[in-house]
Amino acid sequence: MSKERIQISEDLYDIMPSDYQDLVKSATYGKEDRGWKDIGSSKELIEQHSLCAGCPESMAFRYILASLPNPEDTVMVGSTGCTSLVFPMVAVHNIHSLFGNQNAIASGLKRALSVRFPGRVKDVVVLAGDGATVDIGLDMTLQAWFRQEKFTTICFDNELYANTGGQESGLMQKGFVAKMAPVGKLFDKVRLPEIARESGCHYVVNCTVSKPSLVEKVIRNAVHVAREIGPTYLQLYTPCILEIGKNSMEGLQEMRDSEKPTERFAYKEYVSEPAKQLLAELAAKDKERKAAAKQLASQASA
Amino acid sequence: MSEYRVLPGPEHFLPPAAASMGIQLPNPGEAHINGVIASEEKAYEEAARQFLMAKVPTIFPGPLVLWAWNEKAAKKATAIRHLYNTLKDCVQPGQKAMLIPMPDYRPKYPKINPEVEINPNHPNLTIWHNKIDCCMFVGVHCHQANLSLKIIRGGTSCYTIAMCAQAGHEDAMLSFRDASVEKIMRLADTIKRLKGTVQPRLETAKNGASS
Repeated sequence: MSKERIQISEDLYDIMPSDYQDLVKSATYGKEDRGWKDIGSSKELIEQHSLCAGCPESMAFRYILASLPNPEDTVMVGSTGCTSLVFPMVAVHNIHSLFGNQNAIASGLKRALSVRFPGRVKDVVVLAGDGATVDIGLDMTLQAWFRQEKFTTICFDNELYANTGGQESGLMQKGFVAKMAPVGKLFDKVRLPEIARESGCHYVVNCTVSKPSLVEKVIRNAVHVAREIGPTYLQLYTPCILEIGKNSMEGLQEMRDSEKPTERFAYKEYVSEPAKQLLAELAAKDKERKAAAKQLASQASA
Repeated sequence: MSEYRVLPGPEHFLPPAAASMGIQLPNPGEAHINGVIASEEKAYEEAARQFLMAKVPTIFPGPLVLWAWNEKAAKKATAIRHLYNTLKDCVQPGQKAMLIPMPDYRPKYPKINPEVEINPNHPNLTIWHNKIDCCMFVGVHCHQANLSLKIIRGGTSCYTIAMCAQAGHEDAMLSFRDASVEKIMRLADTIKRLKGTVQPRLETAKNGASS
């Protein structure tokens, strides 16, 4: 449904819960420069959620939803995990898939959308945990990349199965002892960003969500590259504070500690040549547009 | 013809789909009352009587009318507001007419606010909280309406009416089909006409819809 048609019937407006009224009045659907800075001054596309207090995943959700370039024409595909507790509170079309099946669902969805809406930009964004992306769904993840499916895959990496009590996952770091993995991980963390690059992803980033401006940048880049060129992959560290024995206030520091240059979430980025060209073009257009807007504003004030 | 009757519950935890018990949908120009095919005329009278008898008669408009996605939807919304205003004017002291929206179908656990909305995945929460003993669904997509109607029949004693824009609902106690602005207005007129002729069941519904 196009955003112009998202209007509440006048005669029933007063009975609509306020969150829906706010979405129509002040959400940033259709805003060209939407980003994390809109948080606080406009209605966010996420309502109250049921994640734990201080969960970095909730920060990640807020930044991602604020940064999607085209939320009214985006469909998100989720999978089993903590993320599936949030999707019911998200005002972007979304589909819950079978555990691990998210990239297969997204492949079909993206193809169907391009047939059904040939003249229109429709973005598909997969958002799943590390269990769904790397363990249970690795086959579907990789096959989608091999096939050069044009959508973005985001992995919320908390390095274990969090909402089932802390079992070992492929992305857990070597030697880590979790509640349900008392022996400690015997193997290295799966190097999925490198695998993504070798599997044909055109834009790959490994980082934490401690910096909203960085999250905004990588989300926008990933969606634009996926739209025009091919698959993109973001691996975002969203530590489970409960499972690593931290308090609610310590999530941010945990991410900052983990993104230091020698740590496992030091910022890593891979951009293919066609993607580099596209991003440079987009940056030039953006600069031009901003300069024109600035000029217009100065003329108006003169 | 099936012996099964679609009656107010609580039937049990997992009530059967009325269709699986042999209940059939009405043909155009007909309705059903408790699973028995009836004339539309009779259905208007019965629906109006149920509304006027109830302690908390409630209309649940769904997304198809809450959102003005086309002109027809906006007109239906106006008709629903008129129906609610009529109902409010016609009930007696001690009765409380309500208009509670079902804005979308997301399973809003655990945040649902039953005072201001109803959700198809747990409609019983809104029924229980507001002690609703008669309700009408209008503008709800069929599959979500069926789900809600079955949950309500399973877990509450609320009387359910469906003002369906398609072929009707077996799982409601009373169902119209091919809902239109005219049909909604006609129900409002019937309520107005029967005002004062129906005794509210205030004593028997002292505790509202039971769980």
